[in-house]
Amino acid sequence: MSATFNTVAGIISETCDIPREKITPESHAINDLGIDSLDFLDVAFAIDKAFGIKMPLEQWTQEVNEGKVSSDRYFVMKDLCANIDALTAAKPA
Amino acid sequence: MQLEYFQMVDRISELDPAARTVRAECAVPESSPVFEGHFPGHPILPGVLMIETMAQTGGWLVMALHAFERMAFLAQVKEAKMRAFIGPGEALKAEASLVHDGSGYAVASARLFREGEGIAEAEITYRVMPFPNPALRARMLEMARRVQVPAELLHV
Repeated sequence: MSATFNTVAGIISETCDIPREKITPESHAINDLGIDSLDFLDVAFAIDKAFGIKMPLEQWTQEVNEGKVSSDRYFVMKDLCANIDALTAAKPA
Repeated sequence: MQLEYFQMVDRISELDPAARTVRAECAVPESSPVFEGHFPGHPILPGVLMIETMAQTGGWLVMALHAFERMAFLAQVKEAKMRAFIGPGEALKAEASLVHDGSGYAVASARLFREGEGIAEAEITYRVMPFPNPALRARMLEMARRVQVPAELLHV
């Protein structure tokens, strides 16, 4: 598993009091792990800080709410981590 | 302060968008219906209103940084500490600094002072979203003028 996954899984485990072993790359943060929107703000804050990025949560949520994409695209762990990697790679040097 | 109207900030004394900090003056009224119940014969400012004062102070900063296109709604309070009793007629100063401006949320660190002594602190998370209706935005801009948010930050 990637370093990003390990970091994000650690953040979710600590922030949301979810046993670390329950968090897999296939876990859906909302549907499987039961993270609600307020807890996800804490998770987003910790991820933003850890990776020095600004996850576009509003855009993601809007796209999901408008039915443009499945929530899996942004909230399944492996996809979330891939998005974080892309945002990290796109950071100005 | 007008406690019963939740108007906690009297005046923004400094708002620095570059430093992402704000300072405010907040005078506790000599009398208020709030003090009749909190507490009979021993009036003190409720701790939740100390938190509200810090939250509103940081809220003005967040709204100014978003050009008053977005409202800051209180979402979470962490590590809140109320270190002293505050009575009627006391002069308070509040300050807040933005810790993080996220997507749809913001986090601020806020403190409350009396005569230079820190008497409360909290880390406050806001949901930051477009105003739900134009009337609220107009009302918040009116309040921003009342508390003397610098005119150049009102973006109107």
